[in-house]
Amino acid sequence: MTTTLNEEKYTANLSASELPEGGIWTEAGSSLMRKTGDWKVEQPVWDKTKCISCFTCWAYCPDSCLKVENGRVAGVDYDHCKGCGICANVCPPKVSALTMEKAR
Amino acid sequence: MATLKELATQPAGEKFVGGHTSCAGCGYPNIFRLALAAVKDPVVVVGATGCCEVNTSIFPYTSWKVPFLHNAFENSAATCSGVEAAYYSLLKSGKIQENNTRFIAFGGDGGTYDIGLQSLSGAMERGHDMLYICYDNGAYMNTGIQRSGATPRYANTTTAPVGKVKPGKMQKKKDLAKIMVGHNVPYVAQTIAGNAQDLVKKVEKAMSIRGPKFLVVLATCPLGWQTKTQDTVKLTRLAVDACFWPLYEVENGKYKLSYDPKDKKIPVADWLKLQGRFKHLFKPGNEQLLAEVQAEVDKDWADLKALCEFHSKQV
Amino acid sequence: MTVSTEIKQLVVAKTGNEAMAEAMRQINPDVVAAYPITPATEIAQIFSSFVSDGLVNTEMVTVESEHSAMSACVGSAAAGARAMTATAAQGLMLMAEILPIAAALRLPIVMPEVNRTISGPINIHCDHSDTMFCRDSGWIQIFSENTQEAYDNVLQAIRIAEHARVRLPALVTTDGFIISHAMETIKILPDEEASAFVGAYRANYSVLDNANPITVGSIDLQNYYFEHRLPMINALNEAKAVIKQVGREFGEKYGRAYDLLEKYKLEDAEVAIVCLGSTAGTTKDVVDTLRARGQKIGLLKIRVFRPFPVEDIAAALGGLKAVAVLDRSDALSGYGGPVFTEVCSALFNSAARPKVINYVYGLGGRDIDLHMLEAVFMRLLKIKDGGDLGQIVDYLGVRK
Repeated sequence: MTTTLNEEKYTANLSASELPEGGIWTEAGSSLMRKTGDWKVEQPVWDKTKCISCFTCWAYCPDSCLKVENGRVAGVDYDHCKGCGICANVCPPKVSALTMEKAR
Repeated sequence: MATLKELATQPAGEKFVGGHTSCAGCGYPNIFRLALAAVKDPVVVVGATGCCEVNTSIFPYTSWKVPFLHNAFENSAATCSGVEAAYYSLLKSGKIQENNTRFIAFGGDGGTYDIGLQSLSGAMERGHDMLYICYDNGAYMNTGIQRSGATPRYANTTTAPVGKVKPGKMQKKKDLAKIMVGHNVPYVAQTIAGNAQDLVKKVEKAMSIRGPKFLVVLATCPLGWQTKTQDTVKLTRLAVDACFWPLYEVENGKYKLSYDPKDKKIPVADWLKLQGRFKHLFKPGNEQLLAEVQAEVDKDWADLKALCEFHSKQV
Repeated sequence: MTVSTEIKQLVVAKTGNEAMAEAMRQINPDVVAAYPITPATEIAQIFSSFVSDGLVNTEMVTVESEHSAMSACVGSAAAGARAMTATAAQGLMLMAEILPIAAALRLPIVMPEVNRTISGPINIHCDHSDTMFCRDSGWIQIFSENTQEAYDNVLQAIRIAEHARVRLPALVTTDGFIISHAMETIKILPDEEASAFVGAYRANYSVLDNANPITVGSIDLQNYYFEHRLPMINALNEAKAVIKQVGREFGEKYGRAYDLLEKYKLEDAEVAIVCLGSTAGTTKDVVDTLRARGQKIGLLKIRVFRPFPVEDIAAALGGLKAVAVLDRSDALSGYGGPVFTEVCSALFNSAARPKVINYVYGLGGRDIDLHMLEAVFMRLLKIKDGGDLGQIVDYLGVRK
């Protein structure tokens, strides 16, 4: 279900004749083309060695920014992470695989 | 119940993706991420105007990887009724193939407790196969924190502001779950965005039932509640432990507690004091207001427990 | 025009409401969502009995308001279903918020609508204030002169609304009680013929297509709203040709042709009345009477008010000396009724144009009779002969 999104549709303003009828949009999940990652002041740092892949961070991230690969948590999607700090906050204290630092 | 790992590692990936424009630390997006992850069948989502709709569908961007329909503010339940009716009609006349499509309508508290209540009531009474999810952050956050029927007593909002003679909203929050129970629908539940397991369990249970279902989910709004973005999850959990927002479900009219904090029950002040919208309650001279809120919470909690106790004894 | 003699039509006695419900039965829509309101109640009520008796495959959604009726129709149509509802007056007003949304989403919902005045004071009788209030909502508006037209118009509205060049919602009006509750003898098509005429519905998109998930009803910022409005504006313009084509085809097949306008004895007329709906029938009688006395008078009936037939109106009226536009509602603009101002604007850029006066009449179900219409023609004839134009906007049949 991975959609390949055409960058041009999101950087250019399309003309009336180029738009689907009825104001609908056919590219599901196209909001990924908007990089909300540049909003952040702080950012989470993920420590692979500490992470137990309990997926708690994944469950509570409002921006779907915890990457999942091969059945495990695999880091942070900085393109869309807004730096809210929820992931670091819900990471079990004994694990502490996510910590916040100043965004670069 | 599906584990978080099972939800997170589905081959199809997430059905609600990032890149939307909700504020950092927003409380509602994970409701829809988790709810959609918990639904295995094809699903159509109908959303009411509000933060979630606006943030997830600014043309040509959309965060939805399932069919999504927005009509207006007060009518997501009625609109969803139409979608559901169309599905069954087209199925009956052989114009489409059966694929077990399910229907979710949503609205914020403004779109559900207030302006959309009639549309919701009608849809629930008519018995459409639909799960209605209300994400309740207790005010019209999208238009700038105006009080709604879901705003808790004494919260500071822009249309019931704390002033020299008024300590915020003067009225109690409406009990929407109870109103929905009055519709005799098979399933009504109250949960929070900050308890993934409880939320997923309730969505799964709701989707196992054909007919109208209602779920009201308390969700933090860092902007409206004046809270720290990283505390979003903690805040709804504290609301539960304070018994301000108990987790319960009502199946075929029978109330059942999902969680009893017992000796972990905290004073409601412990929840209120973390939120800027209640900071006036902690000024000297306002002790009575706090006591009043505590008494209200205690009474409601006792009533709910009694009701659950009563129903637990029924066969 | 060749009238087909092969298709045997049934002659039946029906009220306007019964005729529209009958058309709906033959259309057999996938979903009907409706709410009762006088004088349109019967349409959905009669249709409900068709549902209960299994005469249609329709899923009937008996909503709790007209707002929800239109909302459910939008949901159904966005799910690829042919959706219909029916309403009047306050019901239409309650739907008002959703009407332009249906149009913008390009959903060809068809709605029989019985003209009734809007409150207040509350009044259940006919005028056109309800339909006129919603005239700029992006809906095609077709007015019916009698029960026969009400039936024919509902069938044609499906074809027009669903046409690939149009894809816009359409409402078909009758005049409350005057047509809705009055029984007339009409011809109806055999079921299979009506069904073949409207054809199968092919939606442009559907939210039920799970393999290709779409987002419908996005929020537009400043960068896209205008681009989304323009195609809808263009489609309304396109609709004029489609309405003519469908009306012509209906005539060729069933002997009753339709156009945007109906010109009655207008060829050599010097003065004319312009009106909509049932008053056109009464006016035809007066035209016949005065013509018999040698007066060169005629009638221009506007059948389709939206899209507004600017070119056709200018062409039809351009050569006349004086015209009276009869409005069954007041625009509350301080300058008469909405039909009047729009007819004036259609004529403004014409090289030749008649003097135009306006009568607002029949509000709240007030009758208009032959004598009133005759008086209007007499005044027009005086204006034609160089008489003073006098009061441009006047009110007919009211105790001032």
